[in-house]
Amino acid sequence: MDQNFWLIPLAIIGGAIRVSTPFLFVSLGECITEKSGRINLGHEGSLIVGAMVGYGISLVTGSPWIGIVVAGLAGSLFGFFHGWICGKKGVNDIAMGIALMMLGTGLAFFFGKSLIKPTAPRLSDFSLAFWSATPQIEQAFKINMLFIAGILLAVLLHYGFKYSRWGIMLRIAGESADAGKALGYNIDSIRIFATASGTFCSGIAGAYLSLYYPGSWNEGLSSGQGLMAVALVIFAKWRPLQCLTASLLFGGAGAIGPALQSIGISDGYYLYNAAPYILTLLLIISNKSGKEIGNAPGELSIVK
Amino acid sequence: MTNKVSKYLLVILTILTYSCNSSKDKSAETSDADSTKTTAIGFVYVGAKDDYGYNQAHSEGATALKEMSGIKIYEEENVPETMDAQKTMESMINIDGTTLVFPTSFGYFDPHMLEMAKKYPAVSFLHCGGMYDSTKHPANVGSYFGYIDEAVYLSGIVAGYTSKSKKLGYIAAKAIPQVLRNVNAFALGAQSVDPKITVTVIFTGDWFLPVKEAEAANSLADQGIDVITGHVDSPKVLIETAEKRGVYSVGYHTNQAVLAPKGFLTGAVWNWPKVYKDFVEMHLKGKSIAGLHRGGIKEGVVILAPYGAAVSEEAKKKTESVKAEFSTEGGYSIFKGPIVSNTGKIILKEGEVLRQKDPVLESMDYLVKGVIGKVPSN
Amino acid sequence: MEQLLENGKNESLNALIKTLSALLFSFLLFSIFLVVIGASPIEVFSYMLQGSFGSAFSVQNTIIMSAPLLLVAFCTALPAKLGMVVIGGEGALVAGGLGAAVAGYAMKDTSYGLAILAMLIASFLAGGIWIGIIGWLKYAKGANETIVSLLMNYIAIAFLNHLVEGSLRDPASLNKPSTHHIGVEHMLGKLPGTDIHYGVILGIAGAIIMYVIYHRSIFGFSVRIAGGNPKAARLAGLSLRKIIILTFFLGGGMAGLAGFVEVTAVHGKANASLAAGYGYTGILVAFLARQHPIAIIPVTLLFGALAASNGLIQRRCELPDATLIVLQGIIFVTIIGWDAIVAKVNFKGLKSTSFYTYGSKFLANPLSYYRGSYKS
Repeated sequence: MDQNFWLIPLAIIGGAIRVSTPFLFVSLGECITEKSGRINLGHEGSLIVGAMVGYGISLVTGSPWIGIVVAGLAGSLFGFFHGWICGKKGVNDIAMGIALMMLGTGLAFFFGKSLIKPTAPRLSDFSLAFWSATPQIEQAFKINMLFIAGILLAVLLHYGFKYSRWGIMLRIAGESADAGKALGYNIDSIRIFATASGTFCSGIAGAYLSLYYPGSWNEGLSSGQGLMAVALVIFAKWRPLQCLTASLLFGGAGAIGPALQSIGISDGYYLYNAAPYILTLLLIISNKSGKEIGNAPGELSIVK
Repeated sequence: MTNKVSKYLLVILTILTYSCNSSKDKSAETSDADSTKTTAIGFVYVGAKDDYGYNQAHSEGATALKEMSGIKIYEEENVPETMDAQKTMESMINIDGTTLVFPTSFGYFDPHMLEMAKKYPAVSFLHCGGMYDSTKHPANVGSYFGYIDEAVYLSGIVAGYTSKSKKLGYIAAKAIPQVLRNVNAFALGAQSVDPKITVTVIFTGDWFLPVKEAEAANSLADQGIDVITGHVDSPKVLIETAEKRGVYSVGYHTNQAVLAPKGFLTGAVWNWPKVYKDFVEMHLKGKSIAGLHRGGIKEGVVILAPYGAAVSEEAKKKTESVKAEFSTEGGYSIFKGPIVSNTGKIILKEGEVLRQKDPVLESMDYLVKGVIGKVPSN
Repeated sequence: MEQLLENGKNESLNALIKTLSALLFSFLLFSIFLVVIGASPIEVFSYMLQGSFGSAFSVQNTIIMSAPLLLVAFCTALPAKLGMVVIGGEGALVAGGLGAAVAGYAMKDTSYGLAILAMLIASFLAGGIWIGIIGWLKYAKGANETIVSLLMNYIAIAFLNHLVEGSLRDPASLNKPSTHHIGVEHMLGKLPGTDIHYGVILGIAGAIIMYVIYHRSIFGFSVRIAGGNPKAARLAGLSLRKIIILTFFLGGGMAGLAGFVEVTAVHGKANASLAAGYGYTGILVAFLARQHPIAIIPVTLLFGALAASNGLIQRRCELPDATLIVLQGIIFVTIIGWDAIVAKVNFKGLKSTSFYTYGSKFLANPLSYYRGSYKS
C-alpha cells in the first residue's frame, strides 16, 4: 500500500485543479463586488442557477460554451437585482443575499426538473502532462479552459485593481463613497455593475460544475461552494492572486479525504473531508491579532 | 384614479379569474374521484423523485400503481428524517385519507413511523428497510426490503470476469449494514471468479455528494481500478465519471446503462413495481401487512440489469447459471464459510453458512478479506 | 422618556404593517409565478391555508414546525444587536444536540427531572461554548465572525458524523447510525390533549427571557450602545469583551437548546438528522424579525405555516418541492427589500394621483397616516 503513497500529493494537485475552479470564479466575482463596497452572500443561488441554465442551454444548443456564456448572463441577472435593491436605504445586503440564494435555488431546482435525466454535451479538457505515460499523472494535470480563464481573470483583476481606471473607480466606491461622489462618480451604478459582474462569475462557476466536474445536473450539486467562496475572499484579504491560492488550497485539501481512502487509510474520513474547513479556520486564527480587517474596503457593511 | 391604475387592477382581476377557472377543473377531478370508492396510498421520499437512483426507484414503483383502478397515489419528496416526516405522514392520513403509507427511507422507522403507527392503528405502514419485530412493533406495521446483495453478487461475478487489473472500486455513502452487505457481496462475487481480486471502498460520508463522488471515482481510477460501482442515492455521477475515465461501471438502484454506453457492464436494480402491486392487493383484500417481508432474485424483488456490450459470453454464462441457483428450492448462499474479515476476524468457519434470510446479516459490521477500507469502529 | 417609548411602539407597529403588506405583495408575485407555470393560485393558497391553519391538526403542525426555529434564530439575532453577522446556528444546534444526547445517556438511570436538567445544561453549554469561541476570536483576533461561524458549521457536522458513526454509535441503530437512546421515559412530553411538545414552551420562555435581558436591562442597554458605536462604548467604560463573548454565548446557547429540543422531543437520540438546515432558516427568521426577540415568535409561525402546508400543496397540486422554496425566496426578497420596492412605486401616470400620494405615504409610514400627520 505504501508504494502508492505518492498518489496522495498527485491527488492533491489534481483536486486543486479540478475542484478549485468554481471557488476561484465565485471568489474573484465576490472580490469585485466587495471591492466596490457591497457584500453578496447570494452566490450560492446564482451558482446553482448558472449550473441549471448552462446544462439546459448546452443540451438545447449542443454547445457547452454557449451554455457557459448564457449561464453567466443568467447569474448576472441576480447580481443586477441585488445591486439595485441593496443600494436603497433600509435594505440589509446580507439578508438580501441569503434571500436571493433561496430564491435562486428554488427557481433552479424547479425549472431544472426536466434536466436531470438527459445527458448534455460537456466541456472538454486537455492535460498539461500529455507527455506522461502514467495515466495518474496525466489525469491529475487535466485542466479545462475555464481553469485557465480563471487564472487569467485573477491576473487581470490584480493589475486592473491597481492600475486601471475602472479599478480605481471601483476601489473608491468601496473605500469612501463620499470621495467618489465628490469626484462625480455614480456610486450606485458602479456597485450594481460590480455585483452583476460578480454573479456573472458565479454563474460560470455553476456551469463548470454541471458541465465539467462533476459534470451532471441534479439537486445536490452544490454543497455550499457559493457560501464558502465568499469566506475565501475575506480570507484572501480581497486580493485576486490570493483568491487564486486560497481556491487552489481549498480544492487540494478537499481531495485529501478520498485519496487517503483509496490507499486504505479510512479512519476518521469525516474529519479528513472537513480538512479544507479546518485548514481555513486555522489559517484565519493564526493571523496577526486584531488587524484582520486592515485591507478591507472601508464601505463594506460588515466591517464598518 | 387614472387609466394606469385601472389597467393594473384589470390585470390582477384577470389573473384571479383565470386561476378560478383552472381550479374549477381540478376540483371537478377530485370530486369525480371521491364519488367512486378509492383507496388513498401515500409515499414519502427522503430525496428528489428523479434522482436517477434510490428515490426514483420507489417513485417508479408508485407510478406503476397508478394503472390499478380505484387507487389514488400521494407522493411527497424531500422529506427529511425529522419531525417533518411525522407531520407528512399525519397530513396524508388526516387530510388525504390514506390508509396505506410507504415511508421509503430507513431513518423514518424509529421514532417517526412508529409514533404515527401508534397514533393511527387503523392505517397500515409499510417501511422500506426496517427491522420489523412482532414482539416490539404494533400490528399495523410491516417492513420490506430486497436482497439486492444477490444482484450485486452477480454483478461482482461479471466485474470479476471483465476486470483486467483485478482491482475493483466501490463508492459508498456510509458504513451501515445495508451498504457493507453490498460491498461484501460484490467482493465475494468477484472473488468467486478470482480469489485475488481486491475491492477498494471509499466512503463519501453522505448519501448525495456529487463532488465527493466524482473525486472518489477519480481517486479509484488513479489507483488502476478498472470497474467502479457504488451505493449512493444517485449513482449517476460515479457512472458518468467512470465513463469519462474510460473504466467499466456497474449500476445500482435503477438502470443507468444509457449513461455509460461503452463501460456499463450490468447493475443491481430494484423491482418495486411488482412488490408494490403485491402489497396493494394484499391491502385491498384486507390482509394484514405486518411482518418482515424480504425477497431476492427468486421472488422477483430485485433484478439484474441487461448486460452491456463489454461483457464476455463466458461471464454471461457463469452469471446466468448462478442466477438460476438463486431461484432454486434451496436458494444460493452468498455468505458461506470460510469468511474472514479484512481485520483478521473469523466471520464464518469452513462449512458454516448464513442463509439470505438470516437476520444476523442485517447487522453486518465488517468488511471481508480482500476489501481495502475500514469500518469506523467503537 | 415617554415620548421615546411611544416612538418605539410606533416603530414596531409600523414595522408590522410594512411586513404584512410586503407579505401580501409577495403572494401576488408568487401568484404570477404560479400562473406562468400553469398552476392555480387560488388552489395553492387555499391549500396553504388549509395545511397551516385549516384544522386543529394543521394549527398544531404549524406550531410544532416552528419550534426549532424559535430557538435557533437567536444565534443570529443576538450578535446582530452588536452589528455582527453570525451564521453559525446550524453548528450550535448540532453541538447542543450532541451534548444533550451524551448527557441523556449518562443520566439514563436517574430521575426524569435530573436527566432533563442535565441535558438542558449540557446542550446550552455545548452550543454556547461553540459560538462563544467565535466571539472570543472576534474580539481577540479580529477574526471575521461570519466566516468563522460558517466554517464551524461544517466542522460541527463533520464531528457529529464522526462521533455518531464511531465512538458514540449505538450498535442497535443499524442503518441509521445514532447515539444511544436517552430513554423513552426521559423524553420531553406534550401539552395535554395536543401534539405540541414542551419544546415550544421552552422556545417562548427563552424568547421572553432574551427580550428582558436585551431590551429591559442595563446589560441590554449597553449592548445597544456597543452595537451602535464601539468607540463610544469603550469611552463609557463598558467591557466590550464581556459584552461580545456573553452575547455570542447566549445566542449559541439558545441554538444549543434547539438541539436539546430535537433530541428530547423528537428523535430521542443524536444522529445526522440534527443537521436539517434549521440553522440557515434561523438566519432569515432573525433578519425578518429585525432581531427583536418577541417579533421572532410570529415570524417563526410564518415559517411553520409554510413548512406545514408544503406537503399538502405538493400532493394536491402535484407541484415539486422546489415550488415552495421559490415562494419562500419571493417572500423574503420582498420583505427584506420592501423599503426599496415601495420607494420605487412611481409609475409615470400614477404619480399625479391622490391614490399614489396617499398610497405610497401609507406604505412607507402606515401609522402616521392613522395618527393624522405625515411625518414623511
